[in-house]
Amino acid sequence: LSRIGDELYLEPTESGLSLRAVNSSRSGFASFLFAPLFFQLYEPGSAGPETELFRCKVHMKSFLGIFRSLPSLEKSVGKCLILLKPRASRLVLQLHCKYGVTKTHNLAFQECERLQAVFDTQSCASHLCAPARLLAEAVVHFPPTLAEVTLGTGPGGKISLRNYVEDEAEPSKTMVTELWLAEDEFQSVAVAPGSHITFCLKEFRGLLSFAEASNLPLTIHFDEPGRPVIFTLDDTVLEVHLVLATLSDLQSTSQSPSTNGVSRLPVPSDDFADDLESYMVAMETGEGGSERPPSPTFPLRTPRPAQREPQEEEEEEEEGAVPGTPPHKKFRSLFFGSVMTPGRPGAATTQEVLAEDSDGE
Amino acid sequence: MRFRAKIVDLACLNHFSRIINTIAKLAKTCILRLTVCKLYFILSDKVANGGASMWCELSQGNFFDEFQMEGVAAEHNEIYLELVPENLSRALKTSQSAKAVKIKLTNKHCPCLRVAVELPSLSSSSRIVTHDIPVGVIPRRMWSDFREPSVPDFDVSIYLPVLKTMKSVVERMKNLSNFIVIEANLSGEMNLKIETDLVSVTTHFKDLGNPPWASEDGCQSSAQGRDLESMTEACIDIKKLQQLLAGQQVNPTKALCNIVHKRIVHFILLHEEVSLQYFIPAIA
Repeated sequence: LSRIGDELYLEPTESGLSLRAVNSSRSGFASFLFAPLFFQLYEPGSAGPETELFRCKVHMKSFLGIFRSLPSLEKSVGKCLILLKPRASRLVLQLHCKYGVTKTHNLAFQECERLQAVFDTQSCASHLCAPARLLAEAVVHFPPTLAEVTLGTGPGGKISLRNYVEDEAEPSKTMVTELWLAEDEFQSVAVAPGSHITFCLKEFRGLLSFAEASNLPLTIHFDEPGRPVIFTLDDTVLEVHLVLATLSDLQSTSQSPSTNGVSRLPVPSDDFADDLESYMVAMETGEGGSERPPSPTFPLRTPRPAQREPQEEEEEEEEGAVPGTPPHKKFRSLFFGSVMTPGRPGAATTQEVLAEDSDGE
Repeated sequence: MRFRAKIVDLACLNHFSRIINTIAKLAKTCILRLTVCKLYFILSDKVANGGASMWCELSQGNFFDEFQMEGVAAEHNEIYLELVPENLSRALKTSQSAKAVKIKLTNKHCPCLRVAVELPSLSSSSRIVTHDIPVGVIPRRMWSDFREPSVPDFDVSIYLPVLKTMKSVVERMKNLSNFIVIEANLSGEMNLKIETDLVSVTTHFKDLGNPPWASEDGCQSSAQGRDLESMTEACIDIKKLQQLLAGQQVNPTKALCNIVHKRIVHFILLHEEVSLQYFIPAIA
């Protein structure tokens, strides 16, 4: 979670404790839901008809600092108690260690709105399931600093991973690495042929190391470019979701929000969406009243040639024609809103959007 | 112009990777010259490189199971490519368990060296990773810029001390000074010296031995008449020396250097299948 964001959101629910994080550009969201069975004792508190279960967010670094050295923790800590004290404004973490030593950490928290990215794995056209090790072995061929990677499907049911080259970079200077995986290396493959998505590799690597360590298979749900990609890990006591925005291919996706089953904010006009400064101004002055301005998106990228047909055999002469006017590419931010009304595009304007800054409550 | 090569043997592949790693540490960009029998990695002494130059030569037969090359023209059956060796090094880095590696010159939207690594996988078909490394083709008229440098008329030629020792000495000296003086004589003695306002450090090596150079028409007579004890020295950029030593992943069969007094130091590192020459000019 720390690879995604700087703040850790804790949300106790009836179905377990949910830990979540979102990145600063709102293009990445992760949640870990620990079922009550995971804990020795789980008391989410009581929610009345008027009040919801209490939730808060803390600084990621403060929280992580308590669990700094895993090997020594494993040796010395017997129990860990997490207690939310709303009246004292403290999140208490108590480590009960050997020899009667108890370490109590009191973390300051901030109250927050529910953090929930709206996504629906069922509405995705393509699904892939693979052991974490396969994906880890695939990702190792790319440099650790690589920002984005393109996952695609090719002929013969093969799945490809390719480093995404920004068009600002000169194509004649950048090395392109492409990896092909056979269908039978995956546990399950149900993909729309010819589909591809580009997402941030850095944020994915975090989940991948977790998956590898816990030896869980990873499922990837994706759809058209621009719609978020959802990575899930499932266990009897743990449910993990990582939702990442994908680069949209403006030529193929229409601008209207209703094309997607997932509700999203009304797509802002291009000039406003790219104008990060107006967004910042709007947030500060509270312009627009209750309606939140759209989340910032990544800056418009210069056009890039359409992805060429992947070839298995080496073919130096044959080359797909590069279209004359390549499409614009842009990351869309994820939609964040109330989980109460998923899947209804019209609900967008009345959603309560999570406040990032302290001026919201 | 065509080039296709294939390595199947893992030991050859690892050895080739190590050589590329060494080259990558010495040069950001260099020239790869391909001939029917050999590969050369060349760095010419431009100002951009700080005046250092490199010539690395290997016989393709020692590494490749298949090697086919067609140069620009029949009488000039060679190919000169400019590339970033770090890219090649990265492409080969994860090929340690590969079944085969194929390298091919292609020209899709721009000239590239395509490195295709066939990796074993649990499924019926292998995993293929391809790396397209952009290269620049050097036109024939510029080939004369990249001729093999001649051995300078040196004052002293001496075998280097154990590279690992020399490397750790130089690395510590690098923290204190930007320049290092290498001095040596014909009695097998070498000193590495640094001097700053605060401190001067000298490391002495003895009994290194001086390689015998066959005199060509007696033109090495200048060395014969010399006083065996007198030191020849050159002051060079310590970073360049450190890069050279740090890049050596395997101990060479022979390692020596030729010093031209206050002009240039010429390092020769010989392995069984590859020779590397590195020239570091002296700072005035």
